[in-house]
Amino acid sequence: MSSCFQTLSDYGLRSIGYGERLLPKADITLCEQFVLIGSGMIWNIYFAILALLFGFFFATVLALGKNSKLFLLNAPCRAFIFIFRGSPLFIQFFFAYDLFVLLPRLGVDIDLGFLVVTVETRWLTKAWLGALIVLFFNTSAYAGEIFYGALRAVPSQDLESADAFGFTGIKKFRRIIWPTMLRLAWPSYTNEAIFMFHATTLVFFTGFPAWQQKGDAIYYASYFADKTFNPFVPYPIVGFYFILLTLIIIGLFGLINRQLNKHLPTNERKRLKINKYNLIR
Amino acid sequence: MFSYCVDPKTLEGLMWLSCYVTTAKHMSFYYSFFVVMGLLSLAAPLAMAFGFAGATAARSSLKIVRAFGKGYLAMIRGIPDIVFFLFIPIALDQAFEYLRHKVLCSDVTEAVRQGNDFVVCAAAKLPLNTASEWVHDIYGFSLALLAFGFVFGAFAGNVLSGAMAAVPKAQIETGEAYGFSSSQIFRRILIPQMWIYALPGLSNLWMILIKATPLLFLLGIEDIVYWAKELGGIKTGVYEYPHPDWRAWYFGVLMIFYLSLTYLSQSVLDKLSTRLSKGQATMAGKAV
Repeated sequence: MSSCFQTLSDYGLRSIGYGERLLPKADITLCEQFVLIGSGMIWNIYFAILALLFGFFFATVLALGKNSKLFLLNAPCRAFIFIFRGSPLFIQFFFAYDLFVLLPRLGVDIDLGFLVVTVETRWLTKAWLGALIVLFFNTSAYAGEIFYGALRAVPSQDLESADAFGFTGIKKFRRIIWPTMLRLAWPSYTNEAIFMFHATTLVFFTGFPAWQQKGDAIYYASYFADKTFNPFVPYPIVGFYFILLTLIIIGLFGLINRQLNKHLPTNERKRLKINKYNLIR
Repeated sequence: MFSYCVDPKTLEGLMWLSCYVTTAKHMSFYYSFFVVMGLLSLAAPLAMAFGFAGATAARSSLKIVRAFGKGYLAMIRGIPDIVFFLFIPIALDQAFEYLRHKVLCSDVTEAVRQGNDFVVCAAAKLPLNTASEWVHDIYGFSLALLAFGFVFGAFAGNVLSGAMAAVPKAQIETGEAYGFSSSQIFRRILIPQMWIYALPGLSNLWMILIKATPLLFLLGIEDIVYWAKELGGIKTGVYEYPHPDWRAWYFGVLMIFYLSLTYLSQSVLDKLSTRLSKGQATMAGKAV
């Protein structure tokens, strides 16, 4: 047991570059598999949370754009959603990486007052930024389509009452349209969030190389499967971690769902309906 | 390909390009598009078969069969399918080799799993070491196909079992009133009526299946992703057709291929759904 604590301190943060540098090669223990794969989960969580956070706002913009009557607004949003929903995420990763590699290597100094940060185009070829951008665009497109559908489903009576109360422009959107849109979209959006977590497993398998063996959960799982010739241990461990994560998301999104529905009589509340399946798209 | 392609170093412009895109390797690249289409056309019926078996098993009156079917349908909940794509081909490969080892080399007493190694006798290897290249290719492709069928079968099974549950109870009861046996009800009432309920889920499945085909690359098949990486990479002067890093272009072509495939499928499926909705007592049916 104490040796497992040792493993935890050695490999717990291995995926982000702290602790023991060399990965275990022989006599791999169950503890090492659990710890390293768990360490890799840090990346999966990082990608998913940031992509979802930024994607949420961009998706709202895309949904509004697609709903716009102005061709200049509506066409680019439609095209964006079509491109990212119509092609495999897998190919998007490859395409983006190879595009980023072609960029000239530039650095721009940004003065934050207390320190100067050099923003480099080289960062785009690293998974932490490049893959994050792809995931961000992808989830924005899918969530944008979900929000667009919900936007079209906002009851016309709600809009009429907003007009009757003299709400216009931004106030009408923020107080009436947006909350209703979110409420209607929330069950589907929960599935999108679950999916985003699953999609992060693609990052290190596609264009973006793992640098100094800092990889995500599935990267370490396949490392162990290769080293031990036994897929029956590492992959179920990944499955275990993901089921745990999925349950946490369902819990959190369920709380938000309750908040969004609390003004409704109980029989009209929308319940979260979790997809039975989440497949790589 | 063309007669003037003998010495590509002397060519320029369009002539160079026409020779470049018709090299033997590019022909393999174009051929790999057919591999993808082949996988799509084989995996779809296979997944339907797996799914149908799973959905039927989940409704069985035998407890063991039912548990088996429900377990299969529930398998993909909460776990990323890529885990299955990585896991199933290795597991199947080892299972086949283990069985062959037991049957063909019963005289070998050493354990198959020796610590971290998986050792079977030479005669049990799949495919045999002496087998030719194409046998290896076919074997790899079949394992991948099975993985696709298995994972998408579980998905299709969920759709089909949902559709079976959606067939109005009154229809089943009518069948019972006419004295149909349970298998007759299944064949004559449940199956013909469930398709309209299954269509939205199945078209969704088709779209996802299209977008899952690049996963072939992960399974070690020389598919379009493999060739795009291979052909696009930097070619130095030692190659016949030197060029800088063109991978972005090749993957751009793949993007267009997939976008047109999904666009085409979507318009066909939309038409199909409109046609099937005609005369149905649904909102879509009334709108027509």
